[in-house]
Amino acid sequence: MPTEFFLDKVWLIPLFPLAGAALMLLVGKRLQNSAVSAVCVGSVFASFLFSLGAVWQLLQRPAAERVAQKILFEWVPAGLTHTSSGKLVNFVAEWGLLLDPLSAVMILVVTGVGFLIHFYSIGYMAHEGGYYRFFGYMNLFMFSMLTLVLANNMLLMFVGWEGVGLCSYLLIGFYFLRKSAADAGKKAFIVNRVGDAGFLLGIFLSVGALGTIKFTEFAPALAAGHFTVGAPVITAIALLLFVGATGKSAQIPLYVWLPDAMEGPTPVSALIHAATMVTAGVYMVTRHNAMYQLAPLALDVVAVIGALTAIYAASMGLVQNDIKRILAYSTISQLGYMFLACGVGAFAAGIFHLTTHAFFKALLFLGSGSVIHALSGEQDIRKMGALWDKIPTTAKTFLIATLAIAGIPPFAGFFSKDEILGKTFEHSPALWGIGILTAGMTAFYMFRLVNMTFFGASRVPHDVEHHIHESPRTMTVPLMILAALSVVGGWIGWPASLGGSNRFEHFLDPVIARHGAEHVEAAAVHGGAIEYALMLASVLIALAGIWLARLFYIQRTDLPGKLASSFSGLYQLVYRKYYMDEVYDALFVNRAKDLGTTLALFDAKVIDALGVDGTGWLTRFASRLSIWWDTWIVDGLVNLAARMVWLFSYPVRMVQTGLVSSYALLIVFGVLVVLGYYGYLLRTMLR
Amino acid sequence: MIPTSHYLFLSLALFTIGVIGVLTRRNVIIILMSIELILNAVNINLVAFSRMLGNVNGQIFAIFVITDAAAEAAVGLGIIIAFFRNRPTVLADEMDILKW
Repeated sequence: MPTEFFLDKVWLIPLFPLAGAALMLLVGKRLQNSAVSAVCVGSVFASFLFSLGAVWQLLQRPAAERVAQKILFEWVPAGLTHTSSGKLVNFVAEWGLLLDPLSAVMILVVTGVGFLIHFYSIGYMAHEGGYYRFFGYMNLFMFSMLTLVLANNMLLMFVGWEGVGLCSYLLIGFYFLRKSAADAGKKAFIVNRVGDAGFLLGIFLSVGALGTIKFTEFAPALAAGHFTVGAPVITAIALLLFVGATGKSAQIPLYVWLPDAMEGPTPVSALIHAATMVTAGVYMVTRHNAMYQLAPLALDVVAVIGALTAIYAASMGLVQNDIKRILAYSTISQLGYMFLACGVGAFAAGIFHLTTHAFFKALLFLGSGSVIHALSGEQDIRKMGALWDKIPTTAKTFLIATLAIAGIPPFAGFFSKDEILGKTFEHSPALWGIGILTAGMTAFYMFRLVNMTFFGASRVPHDVEHHIHESPRTMTVPLMILAALSVVGGWIGWPASLGGSNRFEHFLDPVIARHGAEHVEAAAVHGGAIEYALMLASVLIALAGIWLARLFYIQRTDLPGKLASSFSGLYQLVYRKYYMDEVYDALFVNRAKDLGTTLALFDAKVIDALGVDGTGWLTRFASRLSIWWDTWIVDGLVNLAARMVWLFSYPVRMVQTGLVSSYALLIVFGVLVVLGYYGYLLRTMLR
Repeated sequence: MIPTSHYLFLSLALFTIGVIGVLTRRNVIIILMSIELILNAVNINLVAFSRMLGNVNGQIFAIFVITDAAAEAAVGLGIIIAFFRNRPTVLADEMDILKW
């Protein structure tokens, strides 16, 4: 085996799930469920093993050389083109895979969490129809996601980007017979198209301005182009790319699709709409950090949007009653944190939070799936309660994940969230204020969920209560593994101030462009007391949130209702999701429908009536003229000729009586005439 | 000896009767018979001149005419029968299907 076997075979990582997906979607219908799960879970497991191998071999290299590119073929050889600055470049888009610390983290998260969720799905989907279809789409998703994170250029990344969008659409609408599911799929697809348009424009602008779309060539191209900080074209690229990120990662204003996406099966929500796909926007922004660091304006936009999304989504999560929807708003909120991190230049912290979030949010979703499974499909937390003893494994792992997302040390979420809040405080105390408030709200609504689901009095309907059962091993084992990861996952980024070395950030250092160097140094200067104070503050506010949730939903269960009725206006506003769906319907959806109606009217009145019917009328009119000409002129001439012949033949026709005797008489007369003539001749000759 | 002129007058009378018969009668069979009269008037003429001139050629020619008359009668009657099958009539003035 060559020394860098796995780095050389990195292209196999996305290929395994692609093969699985192709097999499922072509012949899956004929396969047994056991064969389907063996192929699909096995293919993801193979990807995971190859990812582990590849990352291990990448780690063997010295830190500065940790970039492995594997170019499979030239995909779009466009030839020589001029950039907007007039430089001649040879533009090529390759089908190439890039493994560097950033994509290494991503493939481990995607294949690792992906494998666990695939494994979980064996149990969860066992009694569902379309088993092969589910796994086929899931494998196709894995292929697309791995293509997205391993791509070495923007265009190939866009291929993966669209691929995951398609799989998201297909899996949200998995129960396509239910109208709400089909609608949710469409909504996700269409809202994502808006963002994708921005991404695509960003790619075009990047080709025009830099002449390259390869990630490894960005830094040299930016340096060679003499782009100064704040260059308009770079800012435009960065903002357009962020538009794409808001679509995929459900940020304001394109977040509306994610809560509805919970119509899909729970493993889909866990894999696509929590752990991996929705983080693609964060990955993409981080991947283009070289550009963002030249565009302070774009960074500020990212930070502000991220912070606003975080608190906005958290506020909606406070009052929801659907277990999966609460988690969906929580996901949007946590994604906001990640963008906040990117926006303040702490890209490594964003990716760190992405990683830990993948663990605990996947666990939360899978746990909620297990709860729903136990309660025969019930998703409303008002009809749960006191499940702690009945489904102990699910409950314990769920609690661990909740502690992690609430930011209680030493669980994973604490480290990543604290890292983000610390970096934010250096950048802007106002944004930090929003962040810390969100952290409190997060702790509150997550413990509201836990308290209402697992503790307090049971509100489970009597007939459902009989069937409550712990999930099978295929479901609980992934829960336990993810729970372990939710505990220890954050330790890879143990901060220096707590005696660690923040290895995660240093691992990502080669990918984050040099412009950020001043920031990092500034962070080192701060340190000390402020950092401890910030940590303490975030832990305290989390504990406050937990205490409040305990007060409201275990001790004084009458309080939430009273509060809701005394602030009913505010409560309704939040409960109805700020009427954003209605606003979007009024502003865009119905306007688009109006446009469609207008165009249909135009079609009916102008194209059909004037165009088609008018042409028909004109043709008929012309044919009438033609008929007239034919009847009176062409036929008329023919008839005239015939009539003339008829007329002139009149005297001749009189002779032809048809009577044999009259003919005979004529013959006699003829003979007499001839004889008379000859007789006359004879007489004149004789005379 | 009977002078030639008598024969000629007889022939003339027969010929005239035949022509008038052809012209006036409606029955096609009568018309055919009238044509026989005309032919026989010609025969008398031929024989009379043959005797007057002492040349037998005229009589031989008359025999040819008789042969011809027989053939003509056969063909004529055949036509009439064929016609009768299409239109049940033997009257000449009703045989006008060739008229426009």
